Amino acid sequence: MKTQRIRLAAGYTVLAVLLIVLAVVNICAGSADITLSRLRSALADPESDRIAYNIITQLRIPRTAAAAVLGGALAVSGFLLQNFFANPIAGPYILGISSGAKLTVALLMVLSLSQGFAVSSFGMIGAAFVGAMLSMGTVLMISGRVKRMSVLIVCGVMIGYICSSITELVVNFSDDSNIVNLHNWSMGSFSGIGRGEAITAAAVVFPTCIAAFLLSKPMNAYQLGESYAVNSGVRIKAFRVALILLSSILSACVTAFAGPVSFVGVAVPHVIKSIFGTAKPVRILPACFLGGAVFCLLCDLITRTLFAPTELSISTVTAVFGAPVVVYMLLHRERGKVNV
Amino acid sequence: MSDMILRTEDLSAGYGKKVIVGGLTIEARRGEILTLIGPNGAGKSTVLKTLCRQLDPLGGAVYIEGKNLSELSGSQLARQVSVLLTGRVKTEYMRCIDVVEMGRYPYTGRLGLLSAEDHEMVRQAMELVGISELADRDFDRISDGQRQRVVLAGAICRRPRVLILDEPTTFLDIRAKLELMDLLKRLASEQNIAVILSLHELELAQRVSDRILCIKDSAPDRTGTPEEIFSGDYIGKLYGVPEGSFCEAYGSPELAPVMGEPEIFIIGGGGSGIALYRRLRRRGVPFAVGVIHENDIEYPVAAALGAEVVTENAFEAISEEKLAEASELMKKCGRAVCTVKQFGTMNEGCRKLAREAASLGILENKENI
Repeated sequence: MKTQRIRLAAGYTVLAVLLIVLAVVNICAGSADITLSRLRSALADPESDRIAYNIITQLRIPRTAAAAVLGGALAVSGFLLQNFFANPIAGPYILGISSGAKLTVALLMVLSLSQGFAVSSFGMIGAAFVGAMLSMGTVLMISGRVKRMSVLIVCGVMIGYICSSITELVVNFSDDSNIVNLHNWSMGSFSGIGRGEAITAAAVVFPTCIAAFLLSKPMNAYQLGESYAVNSGVRIKAFRVALILLSSILSACVTAFAGPVSFVGVAVPHVIKSIFGTAKPVRILPACFLGGAVFCLLCDLITRTLFAPTELSISTVTAVFGAPVVVYMLLHRERGKVNV
Repeated sequence: MSDMILRTEDLSAGYGKKVIVGGLTIEARRGEILTLIGPNGAGKSTVLKTLCRQLDPLGGAVYIEGKNLSELSGSQLARQVSVLLTGRVKTEYMRCIDVVEMGRYPYTGRLGLLSAEDHEMVRQAMELVGISELADRDFDRISDGQRQRVVLAGAICRRPRVLILDEPTTFLDIRAKLELMDLLKRLASEQNIAVILSLHELELAQRVSDRILCIKDSAPDRTGTPEEIFSGDYIGKLYGVPEGSFCEAYGSPELAPVMGEPEIFIIGGGGSGIALYRRLRRRGVPFAVGVIHENDIEYPVAAALGAEVVTENAFEAISEEKLAEASELMKKCGRAVCTVKQFGTMNEGCRKLAREAASLGILENKENI
């Protein structure tokens, strides 16, 4: 009991410290390096260092904030899906939900470019949500028929491939100079996210995450099985719908702004669970958010600085860290089964 | 009938629209254990699921303390009825105490945080079930028996009025089974809970139940006390097993006897022959037994497995007639074994039989068979 409490306190402290440190480093590092003292003076007196001030407020802070918020959203989305499918390897990217969102967003983008109308951030989120729900529906249909985790994952990956190839097709056939941007986006990147977009993302992500947090209690009962939850008085249908909607909104929001970002949704909740030694949603859902934020800040930092000035796509980096975690989990689970 | 806590009226249980068991009248009382027995697929689980509203009744209704089950809210129901289901869940990063604490679900607030009172109830429940030392262990890494206890602790810290268990002994070894039954008995009387469970192990059902409900062919077949149910050859009929192969007194089954000309005559009694009867049955050798008193502890086994059995009335010394009958049978067999070690007034006849066998030179040692 006590050890658990200490672990929680220590875990949250470490995450908070990491978040702050990484946020500051993200703001300072980049093609134009800004030292800590310059950052302080520029923020204190914008007139003294206009260039630094503009870089910081127009580019770095929105991007850092977006990486943190969207990273957190992904991790929470993954955590919700894992609870829903009672499967620790479920996640928005692996199940093809991000790719579904990517497809509809790309379609909307191409359409808007060719027809010459602008799409608001909310429009993008809406389109992404539709795509996410379509993929989700397919995955749910499959999971209704086969209970095997591996089959579900393979199907999700296939859905992802199908959506990605259609997206590529759409992107290739549209002929616009903006296509470069579109291409960058479809690979996943936090670059080019402005202040307005960051605020919109936060406005969607925070209420959704709070709603998810309020589902902690039924989620906890659901972890002991569906019948257990029913016997505890959980209104199971409403609960399941809520889980699906919330996780879809979160991953749709991420995809709308940053494109598909791989493995955050699987790797982060797993690492958090094993560090905290519990899967109680009320204890670790906020930690998943923080963990996702920290992880994406770190990965975004790497994409920007590793081969500067060339930027890597975010999924390249998240996959390097995230995929081994998934492989480890698969192996670990299979081994566990043999022993039981 | 203030003791009555759960009652059904002409209840039909089933899936979708298909009625699996109909016409059920169940009455569960405080402090009593009601056991459902019956062949596989008779619908025991379906009935239990209907009692805890996992399934909606297809007819009739379930009443808990006079209130119709379908009118209770989920949380009201959860406070009244705790359920233990078969089937395992794979959990991760869940300690046993987390699982028990979940039992307080209907009482906790929005976020499911436990009050001091909740913690106390969890502690008491864990102590009662005897799993206090498991609190910090991973729920996924304890034995099946321990897991069952942890879940049970969770169920009782909910302070239900009715506890429903669907084949709780399924994954348990014999010791865990006995401990669980012991525990249920104690729970029922100490906490004044009505316990309703389904069991495959008839010998357990017979010992633990206050009342038994038998389900056969989509209908309740009989209800009553264990004495009423385990009498005559009712159980054999319920499960459709050959007559005599189920021992009502012990609640245990025997294989069907090997019929045919008996090859060996066994002079048994006092339980000394049971192992030999079963060994011969396994080898498929038909045998005869004599002379066994009808109240002898090995009588049920001998009656179930012997091709022919010579018996004597309870508490009577073996009569000349029976002795003659046994002697003839023994000669026909041509081989004899005497398992009895101790002779007295009542089984003086058996001593004579053994002497006769020895003088005929057909008496063999039990170990050589």
